[in-house]
Amino acid sequence: MTTQTDPQSKLAAYAHPERLVTTDWLAEHLGEDNLVVLESNEDVLLYDTGHIPGALKLDWHLDLNDQLSRDYVDGEQFARVMGERGIRRDTTVVIYGDKSNWWATYALWVMTLFGHEDVRILDGGRAKWVAEGREMTTDVRPVTPTDYPVIERDDTAIRAFRQEVLEHLGKPMVDVRSPGEFSGELLSMPDYPQEGAMRGGHIPGARSVPWGRAANEDGTFRTREELEAIYQQEQGLDPSDDVVAYCRIGERSSHTWFVLTHLLGFERVRNYDGSWTEWGNSVGAPVER
Amino acid sequence: MAGQFTASARTDDLPEAMAELAAEFHALQAKERLQLLLELANDLPDLPERYAGRLEQMEKVDECQSPVFLAVEVDADAARTVHIFLSAPPEAPTTRGFAGILHESLDGLGADDVLAVPEEAPYRFGLSEAVSPLRMRGMVGMLGRIKRQVRARTTIDERQ
Repeated sequence: MTTQTDPQSKLAAYAHPERLVTTDWLAEHLGEDNLVVLESNEDVLLYDTGHIPGALKLDWHLDLNDQLSRDYVDGEQFARVMGERGIRRDTTVVIYGDKSNWWATYALWVMTLFGHEDVRILDGGRAKWVAEGREMTTDVRPVTPTDYPVIERDDTAIRAFRQEVLEHLGKPMVDVRSPGEFSGELLSMPDYPQEGAMRGGHIPGARSVPWGRAANEDGTFRTREELEAIYQQEQGLDPSDDVVAYCRIGERSSHTWFVLTHLLGFERVRNYDGSWTEWGNSVGAPVER
Repeated sequence: MAGQFTASARTDDLPEAMAELAAEFHALQAKERLQLLLELANDLPDLPERYAGRLEQMEKVDECQSPVFLAVEVDADAARTVHIFLSAPPEAPTTRGFAGILHESLDGLGADDVLAVPEEAPYRFGLSEAVSPLRMRGMVGMLGRIKRQVRARTTIDERQ
């Protein structure tokens, strides 16, 4: 990797510490060549109210999703999104965002579908940077566009489709939604009724581990020890397990996918992005309550 | 891109202030529309003292992805003038912007004029392409709840 990693000790304990940076590290490295900082939020306007100096906006909905079919952008669209932000194939990309980095980890997961090698998360995200009183700006820096290569999206390694989940029944699965959604009491996430489903409950055999258990109050990730206590000791998952994670549309489960893959070193974790909005609406799909 | 949504840009069935605001949005490119939405978010008035810190007295708008609270008051005058109070946190500028559009468009109108606003009016601002249609549903929910509260506050006598 071209840009040095953050040597901070909490990070060093994780399986892949090079996937995280601290606010201190970012403040020190801002403006360096071959480092691009992206902000990825749920709220499409939040970046425009002020962002980390030099950071560019990446919108999960408008930039990463195909606008017609329910799918991610293809290689050409992705190359345009990256190129417009001056990103090259070997650029170090640091992503941060609101809501404990939900949408930042989602963006990282999508970039991983295209095999972008060096992409990292700012531990604590936007909230921590703001809470520490660090500099914010509304100035958008000029970008020299790059010619990012057209890479074919690889949906086999870290993404699961409905049929694959059906075949996965009986193997480890993590439902990261709220307890009410898991039990079937709620047909959608609290406060998000527009993305509901015909049936409530969970995929048979899935364990309930709400995504937020992996985050501290300040939006940072829990330590490796704390994460192992949740996913390995309490839930009995093993880093060699073949695991599928899901939520409602695949964004909260990107957070858990990141935790299992990069912080705990699980070897095979797939995010089922169809998630409950597909499964709970899918005719004949088995449901457990 | 600016012309993409001209089919939905009909404004002759909207109240005057709303029609003007819709025309203002349509005169802009998608990126500038976001800036105007941000201005409206910043201009959303603070709650008056009788609501400030008393969100439990207001209605929660569940369709929004952020905590949004709404209160509607209707005067006893002939026009039954409507006053709209909306609260949304600064870390949810899109939602605040939606609230700003509705406040600017509807506050101070007569009850009949508010009730006559088409349900799909939120789609008349050319924001779907800049904000994404999924997010627009929050504003539809806000408008629906405003109208329902106006209806509730103007039909009590008839129900009794």
